[in-house]
Amino acid sequence: MWRRGRCVSILGVSTRLEEQTTPEAEIERSAPDAVAVADEVRFYRRRDGRAIAGVAGGMADHLGVGVLWVRITFALLAALGGAGIAAYGLLWVAGAQAPSDLQGPAVSSRERQQAFGLVAVGAGLAVGAGTLSGMVSGWIAGGIGVALAGAVLVWREADQAQRRRVTGAVLGGGRAGGVRVAAGALLVVAGIVIFLLRSIGLDQFQFALLAVLAALAGVAVLTVPWWLRLVRDLGEERRARIRTEERAEIAAHLHDSVLQTLALIQKQSEAPREVLRLARGQERQLRSWLYGPSGYGRSLHEGMDHGTLAAAFERAAGEVEDSFAIKVQHVVVGDCELDERLVSTVLAAREAMVNAAKHAGVGEVSVYAEVEPEKVTVFVRDRGRGFDPGAVPQDRHGLADSIRGRMERNGGEIRLRTAPGDGTEVQLDMPRAKVSP
Amino acid sequence: MTEPEQAAPAKPPVRVYLVDDHSMFRAGVRAELDTVTDAVEVVGEAGSVGEAVAGIAHHRPDVVLLDVHMPDGGGAEVLRRARKANPEVVFLALSVSDAAEDVIAVIRAGARGYVTKTISSTELATAVQRVRDGDAVFSPRLAGFVLDAFADRPGAAPINDPELDLLTPRERDVLRLLARGYAYKEIASELFISVKTVETHVSSVLRKTQLSNRYELSRWASDRRLV
Repeated sequence: MWRRGRCVSILGVSTRLEEQTTPEAEIERSAPDAVAVADEVRFYRRRDGRAIAGVAGGMADHLGVGVLWVRITFALLAALGGAGIAAYGLLWVAGAQAPSDLQGPAVSSRERQQAFGLVAVGAGLAVGAGTLSGMVSGWIAGGIGVALAGAVLVWREADQAQRRRVTGAVLGGGRAGGVRVAAGALLVVAGIVIFLLRSIGLDQFQFALLAVLAALAGVAVLTVPWWLRLVRDLGEERRARIRTEERAEIAAHLHDSVLQTLALIQKQSEAPREVLRLARGQERQLRSWLYGPSGYGRSLHEGMDHGTLAAAFERAAGEVEDSFAIKVQHVVVGDCELDERLVSTVLAAREAMVNAAKHAGVGEVSVYAEVEPEKVTVFVRDRGRGFDPGAVPQDRHGLADSIRGRMERNGGEIRLRTAPGDGTEVQLDMPRAKVSP
Repeated sequence: MTEPEQAAPAKPPVRVYLVDDHSMFRAGVRAELDTVTDAVEVVGEAGSVGEAVAGIAHHRPDVVLLDVHMPDGGGAEVLRRARKANPEVVFLALSVSDAAEDVIAVIRAGARGYVTKTISSTELATAVQRVRDGDAVFSPRLAGFVLDAFADRPGAAPINDPELDLLTPRERDVLRLLARGYAYKEIASELFISVKTVETHVSSVLRKTQLSNRYELSRWASDRRLV
């Protein structure tokens, strides 16, 4: 759900600063492949080796730099009116925890101590700089600080709860979790109260209003983890449902087509011709489903839409294969839109294929069509028994009407090359209509 | 030059190596080739790109039958990794894929030919012997693709090197007949030339297909526009 574009816009500030503080030469790679394997686009908070919430670790994985640099950057940024803390908080809220199957790099206890040290430095810098600049009075900063500490406690507990849920433990996580949440809530409330008390003399009404707002803010802060999880779970669920539907569709398709055909083939195993026919038909159907224009594999064959010559030949060849249990090897070079003449040409070619299938006594017919700027040429050829064109009885209309008639009515011509025992080749030439503007 | 085909039965069998990620298909080809002829011997098989590269280096077969579609880059990847170290090994692509891009990609990566998996066992054995002898094997479909790609039509890539970027009229004739389903012998008698000459033309077309810049794969899609 979390696309890179949005993610980066939030990361904007820290990403840029990152580049300034880290000379790219001596970046120690802290196993960025761990995330890269799963999903390069997503930013995940680290699950293992985290000091607070794994945001710095996740950033390090995401950007492919050392985690120490990220932490230093956050600490330094904290001095700028607490920007580092704000950024950290935002990333915590925005970033999902890494999936449990994603194994993070091992963390030494020294690195952990370092991290906690940097957290302290960051907090100190934020308070110190805030006090020095006089931007916020120490008291107010103190109140907010206490509230923040409470929020951190609650949020961390939420992460913990999620982890337990993933690992399958019972929700709730025992008394310790409850105590932590309660303590966090208490701190948040305390912080807000301090903040309110230190806000200078207000009359009753203003105070009541502020108290209500503060209470709402407190509730919002405390419940952030839960509603975030709600949103995320919803997205997760939707993705899972899409996957399931996809799988169901594929399963249904395979069942309707492939499994049915396989069952038919088993029943028909005594009749090789029938088996061949079934197998070919099924192969073609599956192929068009996988690679075809409307199929599963999208538009790999552009220009193969319904209105083109190549598509028409594809269909004609398929029909003949299905009806007569022979193989029609068809090759089309170039392609163009169908018009009336070309439809006739395809139909004539189809009739030639049918003739070959019926009379030639072979298992394969070759069809070749070439589209040139001024004409379309089609060859239908078999290596079958051939015939003597002069000896064809007058009452056989297939060649005369269906092929010759169709072609000549539309300004095309037909050439026939055959002799008994020597196969048959029907050549169709059809001039193309003048190119329309 | 064409007669010795029958006159030399003492030729050692062609040593073939099978690369396909479907073990069922490998078993099928192996069984078919074993029953249909003694002139072809399957010396090994592989189901993945890595396995294939190692196996080819180890067995040093005459001909590798190469599946176009496999995980980890497919036939083209095998060609890229195995061809330099084993220049004497010849590759023949074998696939169910109809997509021009795929077929052309393996040809340009160095395969000496392309046949579809529906080919009969005897035809496959013939094709294997043909590529071993240094000739190219063009299925009608590949011939069609190549004709398509070298066609002169609006939007086609410009011609930089006429030697490579254009087919001679004779080569075109041969390709057309191939696409029409003619065998080499039939093409020879149709054009009043020897089978050897047909083979020369086909090899030349193969070389152009592999080397011509006109055939840049990125351009393939735009080349295949309506006329």
